[in-house]
Amino acid sequence: MGITGNQRYGKEVMMAKVPDFLLHHDGDSVAVANDDLQPGTLQGLSVKEQTAHTAVLNEPIPLGHKFALRDHAEGEAIVKYGIKVGIASKVIKRGDYVHTHNMRSYRWEASRA
Amino acid sequence: MGSKPRLSGYRRPDGTMGIRNHVIILPVDDLSNAAAEAVAKVVPGTLALPHSYGRLQFGEDLELTFRTLIGIGLNGNVAAVIVIGIEPNWTQRVANGIAKSGKPVAPFSIEGKGDLQTIADAARVAQVFLQDASEIVRESASEGDLILSIKCGESDTTSGLGSCPTTSEAVDRWVAAGGTVFFGETSELTGGEHLIADRCIDDACRNLFQATYDNYMKVIESTGANLLGSQPTQGNIAGGLTTIEEKALGNIAKTGSVPVVGVLAPAQAPPRNKPGLYFMDTSSAAAECVTLMAAAGAVIHLFPTGQGNVIGNPIEPVLKLTANRKTAASMPEHIDLDVSGLLRQEYNLTKAGDMMMEVIERTVNGRLCAAEALGHREFTFTKLFISA
Repeated sequence: MGITGNQRYGKEVMMAKVPDFLLHHDGDSVAVANDDLQPGTLQGLSVKEQTAHTAVLNEPIPLGHKFALRDHAEGEAIVKYGIKVGIASKVIKRGDYVHTHNMRSYRWEASRA
Repeated sequence: MGSKPRLSGYRRPDGTMGIRNHVIILPVDDLSNAAAEAVAKVVPGTLALPHSYGRLQFGEDLELTFRTLIGIGLNGNVAAVIVIGIEPNWTQRVANGIAKSGKPVAPFSIEGKGDLQTIADAARVAQVFLQDASEIVRESASEGDLILSIKCGESDTTSGLGSCPTTSEAVDRWVAAGGTVFFGETSELTGGEHLIADRCIDDACRNLFQATYDNYMKVIESTGANLLGSQPTQGNIAGGLTTIEEKALGNIAKTGSVPVVGVLAPAQAPPRNKPGLYFMDTSSAAAECVTLMAAAGAVIHLFPTGQGNVIGNPIEPVLKLTANRKTAASMPEHIDLDVSGLLRQEYNLTKAGDMMMEVIERTVNGRLCAAEALGHREFTFTKLFISA
């Protein structure tokens, strides 16, 4: 079931190089930097489906931080683990760094940067 | 050696088991810390558990303090207990609660006698307890004898990708082998609480879970505070986590795939005849949460961390794992298992689970974890409301 199911990392795809980024599920709207990343075209992997992905990053981001895999309008859901984990607090372009400056909780309305 | 860990532990008179053999000096209240610590100095090898509360509490808050104190004494990792309090009534109440287990316990109160005489009296008994405990030998144990607890801290996005899924493997294996596991962190389920509700084994469990969650949230939200920076923490945000929902899904990723068989109040022990995965209503603050779980009988804790939380507990070994290669490199003395290779696709989750089980087995069988070796003994009570 969902994110706690019996996902298996690297079950079939053993990548020749370490993926630049990881996303939890195919269809997630953000991905996680698997290293300190510089702008450019990057290779990634979805953890659940083990699908190879290509994405463009617009700005440098550190290990563990997120960037957008698609455009988000202000107020649009940000999806990770296949689940809504927040909303865009302003317009986010594909490839943009995503964090507290442009994303906020939709559950705790008072919590915002 | 087969794939199933070979485990050993100390059997207590009431049948519970532990993986450590502590003789503890337990203060009932803050005023008794000095005497308790003095006894532990006079009788090295015993362990004082100083804390900040125990005076002028009332109602549910007082009951939780008693349940925590008594529960720590009942924990399988504890062989014997010296209880020291400022006055005799509450001291005796704590001692009586522990004595029902059949393990050696002795109460001492300070009023009318002073610290020095109390220390002398208690030290004489502590010495005997320590010598007697040293003769208790390890025997064969199974997962069903040893309660595992889980809670993550200073999480980042690597927690949800690596260290929490690895913990999840251990949870599923422990429960499949007949064991019991606690998870908690009520507020950190926000955004994924429906996933836990779906896993509750029946409607009674589900309704209790939902009511527990809703009540906790009501208290938090009634403050109207901007929680950003508290939940997620500054460390979470530095590690790339932006919202409580995102943090929650990483948190939940450590709870395995087994059903939730019950809901526990803070520091409440589960029924002995019903193993499985339990949700406990707790704060998400590391030391508070682990203390409550130890008071409910957990004897070994798995603590996934992203940015590097250093927490330990005086009686329950806290094993730390991380999938953040920077944390593994910059804080190696705190990390018992580095699973950052999972994110580099060097091995799969089954292999990471195997690595986790090996560390658990060695720790159960006596190897000190990093937090024990570094003297991390955070003993932190959960306070429900103001004192009188």
